Amino acid sequence: MNIAELQRKLLAAARANAPDDRVPYAFEKRVMALLASRPEADRWILWTRGLWQAAASCVAIALLLGAWVFFNSTASSNSADLTQNFENTLLASVDQNDQAQ
Amino acid sequence: MERTEAELIAAVLRGDAASFEPLVQRYSPRVFATARRYARREGEVEDIAQEVWLKAFEKLASFRGEAPFEHWLMRLTVRTCYDFLRAHQRNRESSFSELSGPETDWLERFVTQPETAAETAAAAKLLVGRVLEKLSPPARLVITLLEIEDRSVREIAQLTGWSVPLVKVRAFRARAEMRKILAKMATDKYL
Repeated sequence: MNIAELQRKLLAAARANAPDDRVPYAFEKRVMALLASRPEADRWILWTRGLWQAAASCVAIALLLGAWVFFNSTASSNSADLTQNFENTLLASVDQNDQAQ
Repeated sequence: MERTEAELIAAVLRGDAASFEPLVQRYSPRVFATARRYARREGEVEDIAQEVWLKAFEKLASFRGEAPFEHWLMRLTVRTCYDFLRAHQRNRESSFSELSGPETDWLERFVTQPETAAETAAAAKLLVGRVLEKLSPPARLVITLLEIEDRSVREIAQLTGWSVPLVKVRAFRARAEMRKILAKMATDKYL
């Protein structure tokens, strides 16, 4: 079977059969009724959505700050260790002399 | 005297919601025709059209009036149809073994004498509908806009919000996807 030709024929069939643009009876009335019944519900939805977004932002900020504090303290304690090690190494000979006496 | 589109929109934005009704009346045929390209059941078509108009009302303030209202509304319609396709990705894995009698006849005629398989036949319409339903949402959207509605790549980019290169890539993939589906149909039916 020639697939490319079949594809061409089927697409031509789709082009030849345009969908109709019939609108159901009183559709515009239905839309207007829906719009009229929406505002109160919408306000609540917006309020709830806003609260959820605020909560999500707060959690994200708390996590970021927590991570920053954690890594900062780890980094500073690491640097303290390094200072201590450096000092121990530097003064090792002096310490040995002290212990020998 | 009939009010112009711009007057109606300005009135709605001032708080006169009733002025929205003539807009719904005027442009609903276009919205319904577009929705019928992507949804088969009439209930689904109505749901899409309803959602388009509710969104249009909500977002009317974002319509700047630089392009015709119809263009803005069509962008909204196409994007709502795309959301519908993504939300209803069902039956895409089913086989072609359940083709109806007329569809099978049309296919057999195409195999034996391709020139006699008319493109205007109702069976061809059913068959292409079946094939389009099996495409992924982006492929179906791009095939419909590019191959069936004969729109340019630039127009599709404007309608969908995709970039021009993305439309081209998706069009290439969509054609390949469609050929793959047709090959599967041929295998299911004749092997």
